[in-house]
Amino acid sequence: MIPGLVSAVTFLPALGAVALLLVPRRLDAVHRAGALAVAVLTFLVSVPLWTRFDGTRADFQFEEVAGWMPSLGVSYHVGVDGISLLLVLLTTLLTPIALASAWRAIEDRTKEFVVTILLLETGMLGVFVSLDLFLFFVFWEAMLIPMYLVIGVWGGANRIYAAVKFVLYTMVGSALMLVAILAFYYQHGAATGTYTFDVPTLARWVLPAGLGQDLMFLAFALAFAIKVPLFPFHTWLPDAHVEAPTAGSVILAGVLLKMGTYGFLRFCLPFFPDASLQFAPLVFALAVIGIVYGALVSTVQPDLKKLVAYSSVSHLGFVMLGLFTLNQQGLVGGLIQMVNHGLSTGALFLMVGMIYERRHTRLIAEFGGLWKVIPAFSALFLVVVLSSLGLPGLNGFVGEFLVLVGAFQVSGWLAAAATTGIIFAAVYLLWMYQRVVFGEITRDENRRLTDLCPREWAVLAPLLLFIVWIGVYPAAFTGKTEATIAALLAQVESKASVALAR
Amino acid sequence: MTPDITIPQITISVLLPALIVLGTGALVLLLDLVPPRDSKTHLGGVALAGILAALLATVWLWLRGGDGRAFGDMVLLDGYALFFDVVICYAAALVVMLSMDYLARTGGESAEYYMLVLFATAGMMLLASAGDLVVVFLALELMSLSLYVLAGLFKTRLTSGEASMKYFLLGAFATSFLLYGIALIYGATGSTNLDRIAASGAAKGGDPLLLIGLGFLLVGFGFKISSVPFHMWAPDVYEGAPTTITAFIATGSKAGAFAALIRVLTVALPGAQADWSALLWGVAALTMTIGNVAALAQSNLKRMLAYSSIAHVGYMLMGLVAGGAQGAGAILFYLLAYTFTTIGAFGVIALCERAGEEAVEVGGYAGLARRHPVLAATLALFLLSLIGIPPLAGFVAKFYLFGSAVRAGYIWLTVIAVLNSAVAAYYYLRVVVYMYMREPEGEGIAVTPSVAGGLALAVALAGIVLLGVAPAPFADLAQAAVAPLLR
Repeated sequence: MIPGLVSAVTFLPALGAVALLLVPRRLDAVHRAGALAVAVLTFLVSVPLWTRFDGTRADFQFEEVAGWMPSLGVSYHVGVDGISLLLVLLTTLLTPIALASAWRAIEDRTKEFVVTILLLETGMLGVFVSLDLFLFFVFWEAMLIPMYLVIGVWGGANRIYAAVKFVLYTMVGSALMLVAILAFYYQHGAATGTYTFDVPTLARWVLPAGLGQDLMFLAFALAFAIKVPLFPFHTWLPDAHVEAPTAGSVILAGVLLKMGTYGFLRFCLPFFPDASLQFAPLVFALAVIGIVYGALVSTVQPDLKKLVAYSSVSHLGFVMLGLFTLNQQGLVGGLIQMVNHGLSTGALFLMVGMIYERRHTRLIAEFGGLWKVIPAFSALFLVVVLSSLGLPGLNGFVGEFLVLVGAFQVSGWLAAAATTGIIFAAVYLLWMYQRVVFGEITRDENRRLTDLCPREWAVLAPLLLFIVWIGVYPAAFTGKTEATIAALLAQVESKASVALAR
Repeated sequence: MTPDITIPQITISVLLPALIVLGTGALVLLLDLVPPRDSKTHLGGVALAGILAALLATVWLWLRGGDGRAFGDMVLLDGYALFFDVVICYAAALVVMLSMDYLARTGGESAEYYMLVLFATAGMMLLASAGDLVVVFLALELMSLSLYVLAGLFKTRLTSGEASMKYFLLGAFATSFLLYGIALIYGATGSTNLDRIAASGAAKGGDPLLLIGLGFLLVGFGFKISSVPFHMWAPDVYEGAPTTITAFIATGSKAGAFAALIRVLTVALPGAQADWSALLWGVAALTMTIGNVAALAQSNLKRMLAYSSIAHVGYMLMGLVAGGAQGAGAILFYLLAYTFTTIGAFGVIALCERAGEEAVEVGGYAGLARRHPVLAATLALFLLSLIGIPPLAGFVAKFYLFGSAVRAGYIWLTVIAVLNSAVAAYYYLRVVVYMYMREPEGEGIAVTPSVAGGLALAVALAGIVLLGVAPAPFADLAQAAVAPLLR
């Protein structure tokens, strides 16, 4: 155990951001290189979390506790377990990639951009490592503003609408969550005599089943469902994705959406087990609707980025389905699928951004026959597309397969309905790929396209590495999470049965 | 029979901070008669020094400890009064710092300005230490009369005159309600002293005379804190008054009025808590909702902040509804955070103003982030704190306040409040949208750099960050401050 490692990883980007604030504005290159260096350093510092993490233990590791507001029972408590470990590493991996992808794309106000992205990284990491409800909420709200600025300042034509919509959706959701947090805190305090926001302590306490638990579950669930986004709370997502710059889309799809699913896993299931069981059929229904609806809407999109955005609705439906099966395969599958979606969709957004930088259009109809002009791009694009649609041997298959195994144990019909999503995914992704890459070159502008440059190779290589790695040897990743998931399931079961027995 | 007249014991130290401020006010007037007569900036310096001296005196009294009472229990010295003295001194000091070159730029410089600010400050401080309804009335008048004049400082501006007139007429009307309420309470209980009102039998039961008096009292206070339905004056006065005075009305006068309101309700009328708590529930919900919804439609920044300050009063009333040490302590912390944040926001607007030209239309702020990145970021941070985004003061303040309401079981009021906060995010962020995401149309706002103003903004900014990151010691102070009320 290395003391202070989690804090170091979390706050290194913010410190870098403060340092870069002091660098004069005109030194664009310093800002770009400095921010990338900070992000890469953060990733390197976060690697020991992975290598020294003991996958056989179910409790929190690398824990740090310090008093903050003792009279309220608020403490600075951070740490990682099998659930948050993968997401922390996903964040530290995707941030430098996003910064590198913006090397040429962001010309305007570079200083503000890199500072915002680094602050965003601290916010996202804080959400995943917080083991105190107050601290979690601080990070949860704080990271909203950087993302708002990324969309609103550096986004496309309709960026202001998209940015405001993103913020308002999230604020409404988290507002009710705040009330539920307070209510849960006081109920726990009144029942046990200890007023605390400490997550592990609160998770051990059995909240009596009933209306109170249901309402608190719904308040938490609304905040997280908007973030996921679960159908029908998804309407902010296409706007935000389409308007955000590529780097913003990568982070939004790769990490921000996972905060919602993470919230379900970390808070809803252990805090409100009865309500989770009770509302599981509703979640299943919404998840399956999201899977099918997202896929169908993707199919008809003329715009590449919108297609990828709606495919996120479909993929995140799989994650939600897996989490609420409440069995080992479903949960592990859901967790792996979170990581997969971050990698595959992140890569898709990057590659869409790359051809957008060359052609300044994202309309599928504007392309065609790219294989003849830019074969390296086309080949990598194929790998990423296949990973996203779940081809065996690549990462997407592992997660979806486990989720479906989990869903089948709940109901065969449920699994069957969800499986149609995989078929539709093949339809929209392969059809899109066919129209963009194969066929004749219909536009003269496309003949002059240049293939991937070394920087773009460097951006994509790490993602491709993990896409293949998880696909071929998933045990390296699932092994770190299984103990935690098993413990979480045992906790949910015991708490639900205790409450039912009363 | 000889009348039994006792000379009350006079303890000057009980009033020390307020006396220093009053003395400085008189000094400023005298100094105006000696050269240099063409510039008044040095008078601002004198006023600032007086306020800082009062602040030091407050700290000295606090360190000395021990409660004091003087003038036949009319004036109290306790942790509660001292806490408010600090908040009010901060507000006054920041306002004076912002005023120094604001007045030079807008042509409103005069010695009377600083004198009236100091007198209003003394009135606010006296409100916090009033132990008798008569003193509440006197202090309220001292504060209000000074502010009526200050609102009309720009004699040539029509809106300024309108603001002053409106503030005065409506204010006088509200004060008479307050006075009538005091009279009725005196009639019901036989005393105007807060402790003796509480001790009298009438305060415990549902005496109709007392309840009517309480209602009138709440009308008077409702006007001063601008709670619905007595909020109508606020937008016009905020818009017309000089921006620095708007900041003072929005913070200092609210702090003073809340100080007296909390003390009167919790010390004198705890027996009627069920009555005023139920009434304030509705007032709080209406105030925050109407304030926020009306703010949505404003394109004038000062009007928008006026409605937003109404909404914040709605939040603060939740603390009174919740009651107890938790609720009152949360209001005190909220006032501290709100004072720093609001003065900061108005301060940025004041910095953007020039003679005869107000920078209050939100469109004028388009592209500010490009031309003045530091100033734009400062205003953005103040607005984010007003929304309640962590890790800034506004968030922690809301957290304490909402927490006290949830603890007392007012879940639905809290739900209304948090939804209101989400609505409020829209109009605060609209300013950020203009500053960061739109290009300027035309010339845009020019900002005059100012040392004193910049320093004031830096202090306010440091305040909201400190209160947001390390709130524990300040929250503990607020809790300790309300302890004397709830013995």
